Order: sequence, then C-alpha cells, then structure tokens
Amino acid sequence: MKLASAFLALAVGVLLAAGPSGAVELSIVSGDTGNGIKVLREILDRYEKKSGNKVDIVVIPPSTTDQFGQFRLWLAAGSSDIDVYQTDVIWAPQLASQLVDLTAATRDVVGEHFPSIIKSQTVNGRLVALPIFTDAPALYYRKDLLDKYGAKVPTTWKELADTAKLVMNKERAAGNKDIWGFVFQGNAYEGLTCNALEWVMSNGGGGIIEPDGGISIDNPHAAAALDMVKGWIGTIAPPGVLAYQEEEARGVWQTGNAVFMRNWPYAYALGNSENSPIKGKFDVAPLPAGSGEGDRPVATLGGWNLAVSKYSKHPEAAIDLVKFIASREMQKYRTLKTSNLPTIAALYDDPDIARQQPIVPRWKQIFLNAQPRPSATARIKYNEASSQFWTAVHNTISGQGSAADNLADLEARLTKLKGKGW
Amino acid sequence: MTAARQSPLARRRVRTAWLFLAPMLFVLAVVAVWPFLRTVYYSFTDASLADLDARQWVGFDNYFSVLSMPSGRVLYDGLLVDPVWWRAVWNTVRFAVVSVACETVLGMVVALALNAEFRGRGIVRAAILIPWAIPTIVSAKMWQWMLNDQFGIINAALLGLGLIHAKIAWTASADTAMIAVLIVDIWKTTPFMALLILAALQMLPREIVEVAKLDGASPWQVFWWVTLPLIRPAVMVAVIFRALDALRIFDLIYVLTPNNVQTKSMSVFARENLFEFDKFAYGSAASTLLFLIIGLLTIAYIRIGRLSLEGGR
Repeated sequence: MKLASAFLALAVGVLLAAGPSGAVELSIVSGDTGNGIKVLREILDRYEKKSGNKVDIVVIPPSTTDQFGQFRLWLAAGSSDIDVYQTDVIWAPQLASQLVDLTAATRDVVGEHFPSIIKSQTVNGRLVALPIFTDAPALYYRKDLLDKYGAKVPTTWKELADTAKLVMNKERAAGNKDIWGFVFQGNAYEGLTCNALEWVMSNGGGGIIEPDGGISIDNPHAAAALDMVKGWIGTIAPPGVLAYQEEEARGVWQTGNAVFMRNWPYAYALGNSENSPIKGKFDVAPLPAGSGEGDRPVATLGGWNLAVSKYSKHPEAAIDLVKFIASREMQKYRTLKTSNLPTIAALYDDPDIARQQPIVPRWKQIFLNAQPRPSATARIKYNEASSQFWTAVHNTISGQGSAADNLADLEARLTKLKGKGW
Repeated sequence: MTAARQSPLARRRVRTAWLFLAPMLFVLAVVAVWPFLRTVYYSFTDASLADLDARQWVGFDNYFSVLSMPSGRVLYDGLLVDPVWWRAVWNTVRFAVVSVACETVLGMVVALALNAEFRGRGIVRAAILIPWAIPTIVSAKMWQWMLNDQFGIINAALLGLGLIHAKIAWTASADTAMIAVLIVDIWKTTPFMALLILAALQMLPREIVEVAKLDGASPWQVFWWVTLPLIRPAVMVAVIFRALDALRIFDLIYVLTPNNVQTKSMSVFARENLFEFDKFAYGSAASTLLFLIIGLLTIAYIRIGRLSLEGGR
C-alpha cells in the first residue's frame, strides 16, 4: 500500500514537472548581428509567457555564407534539434525541399505582408518561410562633417568619392588621423555580391544573371564600375575593407572613423543608441548612382524570414512561433528596437515608428524598388554563381588581375556552371 | 617468423593482442573507415545534399570528364583540371612546408632553452604550452582582433615602434593574408614541437654531451654532431605529426580568411563544395583526393627521411 502510494506520488510529480499539457521546447537558430539576438530574446520571452512553450536561441556567426553551410548540414542530416531557421531572402529555392509548407497555416496573415516578399519565399506554390523583416541598404553619412566642410550629400559615385576624399583629407589635416572616407562590405562573401551588384547595376552594367537566364556580366560598364571601386581601396576606403563584413564596417563607422558607410538599416538604431559616439551626427540617403545617362541608384534586396524544418518534432508549435514573431505587433516591436524594415505594409504608416525610427517610412520606396539578387533565376546553383561573382570582384578590387579579364573569365565560368540551364 | 613455427605460447599472445586491439579497431572502423569509404563512394556519384537518395553512379566524372560539344569543341571538366582546386592544393602544401619548417626550428630553439637548468623552469615550461592549449577557434578569433587593420594591437604596436608608417590590413590584403595565417599557426603549434623535442632531449644521456665537451667541441659542434643526430628520429616523427595536421588545415583559415583565394586550403575547398554549393559529390571527390595527396606526401617523406616507424633507424 505504502509502495503504491509512493508510486502514485511520483507519477503525479512527474506529470506536474512536465507542466501544462502540450508545452514543448523549441529551438530557433539565428545569426548574431547588431542587437538582433537581444531583441529576438525579448520577443521570445513574450511568446513563452503567452504560449507556455520554451524557446532556446542557437546563436551562430553573422556571415550569411557560413550560416547557409551550417543550415544545409543540419537539414541534410535530418536533425530535429532545430525547429525554426532564420533564413536569408535568397535561400528559399535552395532549401525548399526540407522546409514545411506554411501556405495553409498562414492564410489568415499572409495578406498583410508585401506580396513581392511572399512571392520570393514561395517555391513551386509552397510558402517555405514567413518574412520577419526586409532590408534595403542605405548610404550613411556624417551630417556634422559634411556641414562643416560645406559638402552636399552625394548622388553619384563620383561625388561620393570626391566628397569622401575632401572631408577625409581636411579632417586628417585637422588631427583626426584615423578617419576614412568610405566603408562598405568588401570581404569575399555574400555581402560583397550585394555591394558589387549595386556598383555594377547602378553604372548600367546589368544584373549579373538576367531574369531570362542570360549571363550579362562581361561588359565595359561593369568593368568600369569595378575599376572605380578598385580606385577607392587605400585612398578613401581603408585597405582592410577587403576583409570587412557588416559589423566590421559598422565598427569603423560607429567609432566615428568614417565619413560614409554602405550598410543595412539595422545600423541606424545602433548608431543612435545611448553610448554611440556618433549619436545624432549622421543621416541616411539612397545609395549613389553612376554618372552615365540613365544610371539610377540600385539597392540590393535583403531580408530575413523564418522557416520550419521538415524534421521538427513539434511542427505545429513551431509554426505558431513563426507566426508570433512575424506578427504585426512583434514586427513593430522589432522595428522600434532595431530599425529593421517591417514586411507589413501598414507599419510604414505607424506614428510610433515614424517618430522613433524615421528611416523606416523614408525607406519604403527604396525597399519597394530594391533589386533582388539572381537567386530565383540561378536557383540551386545560386550559391556557386554568387561565389564566383564575389571571387572575381574581390580579385579585381584587391588588384589581382584587371576588371575586364576577371569579368571575361567570370562569364566563362558562369556559362559553364549554367550548362544546359539554371 | 611464419605461423607454422610459432609456439603455442606465441600464438596465444597474438590472439590476446588481437583481443585487446579489437575494441579500438571496431571504433576506428565505425568512425574512420566507414565514413571514408562512403566519401569515396559519393565521389563516384552525382549526389546532392538536398536529396542524397536520388544519387546516380557517374564513374570518374567528378574527377575528369571529356565533353564533346556539337560544334566540335572538346571541353575537359572535373577536379583534376579545376584550377581552383590546384590553387588550393598549392596553398596547402606551401602553408604546410613553411609552417612546419618554422615550427621545427623555433620549437628546437625553445626546447634547447628549456632543457637547460634555470630557476623557474617548471613555470616557463607550463607557460609556453598555453598557445597550444587554447582551442584554435578561440585563438583565431583573438588573433583576428589583434590583426584588425583599424583597432588591432599589432598595427598599433608596429606604428608605435615606427616599424611601419601605415596600418596594414593583414587578413584582407592578398600579400599578407597567407602571412597572417602562418603567424597564427606558428604561434599556436611551436609549443607542441618544443614539447616533443624537449622529450627527446631529456632522454639523451648527459655523459655523451660531457665527453664531447671534454674533447674540446664547441657548443655548436656538440649540437650539430652529437645532439641533433641523436634526437633526429624523434624530430622526424614530430614533423610527420605536424605535417599531417598542417596539410588538413581548416579551422584557422576558415575563421581568418574564409573565402580568400590566396589562402583557400584543400579542406576549405572541400567544405565549400560539400555544403555551400550544390556539389556534394564534387566535394567528396575533393576529400578523396585530399586523402590521397596527404597519403602520398607522407609516404614520400618517410622514404626520403629513411624513417622507420617501427622503432630504431
């Protein structure tokens, strides 16, 4: 009798410890950029309170190239350790077969999001990831320094280089030894593909791989654009920019050591944070364009989404989590904290956002006109195509071979990679 | 020593030996032989990580294939004619030769210094091992900050000493990227070399050195004609260990200069194709060739060094 009651007590204890029925533990994997992880944790705390589920964040390095390799490995191994992946806008076609179709589960909310983003995450009629924020880069400039030397905000790359040189030289002469004119993402990785697509396309050099599948990169406009950038290295941009990703560029910028920076909107909130040396001293403008006739500014479309792994043991709870993080309230919360651009159209008219993160309403048009990378065209071969592109660009701007030769070589490689078709 | 002539005792001892070896052989078969055979197998297929089960046998196509275009042009394809792969092979071999050579010389110097009697020798010996004890990822990240072009302490120190007049972008510039990787690797693994050589030095009978000194040999002559020949086998083994390690260098380069053509090693190339590109089979072929290249280089080294791994010389 005693033994039986002891068993009973034990069983009750176990049941209580397991918590309310249906509570599960989930894990979400996300790269660590800026204050993104901190804000994600705050959002997850709210979700835990509301749902009773527990969510762990698996933090991995910020380089999207590294992240993809790791994700592919986990998915190929059929790992159930990760329930929710934070995915780059370009990955949908490459990972689609291993992600859960969210179409049915998100029918009620999908209409709030910009249709172009939803389309980018839809592969063969399956919505494989729900967007949580979108990205279109900005030209960050130091308002105080430009005013000090009577320079205006550049609208062409030539003006940018001239202004950068002018301000940098005068500031250095005034004793600010560590200042540079312009920082961007010049490391050999996906970020360089974004930067270089902007240089090439805004100078009339085309979109590397065109929507019809044709390879257009070997042309004099593209070569001239890369020669222009090569001329920046060591003159207006520090030689180390060839190893910079987003955070390294922001490091130089936010310590007040750069006049201009090309970066995503997340750097806006951080630059204006409490202990930032450049708080209130900078503003943003659209990226410059080439000086030729018909050249227009180009912003590469970025953005992050949440996908549910096919191998998750709790797909329903994971979908629920994804919908929570992508919801209007949480997107607003994230935008207020990180200045990430929301994917829900209505939030661009939100008065709180307009007051606290004025970049957001201003960036609506830029994001709407942003240029997608050729990931939808190159599909499963996109990563390799992008790698060949950034290698050719990195070689050129670091002085290994001429732009014209490297691009001719690149065109041949891409043609071979394309084979009978993308 | 044929089996027929063995005594029952010897046969029993051989059986016992196999019994004791069995668990290790089993583990090796599971964690090394089986994955290796799978890799070799995948290299003869067109496997894709997106759907491994849909693979087809393609023979040697990943290594070498000839495509005849309808236009009459003949194209060669495959790993054996891939310049990026051969560049990676050259990077790796160059890295291995330079790093192991520097580590051997520096390790020898450190070992000779530590072999001398002085106060606090124990503490110095322990301290010198610290770089080896730090996980590579951690030390690579640490060095990445120290080598940073704008905030790095190395540039600040060199500037302060007046040795350079402009900050150097160590990991970014094509000229210095490999040097940066070499510096960090040498810093990290010299202690390992020093330790192995020190162990050999401590085995030397003191009398031999003393006799040489009595005969009037200078310290250099003692080292060159007495010490070095005696520790040579140990040094050769230490070099093999390090060379095997250096030829499969991955973590350091992956952290410091991941996608840089100037520093891309065979392992980095293989990983890139395996997981980042949709070329699992091609990456498997690269892994297989990597194994063959390391194997051939090791055999060549053992032959040239007339090294016997079965003890003695």
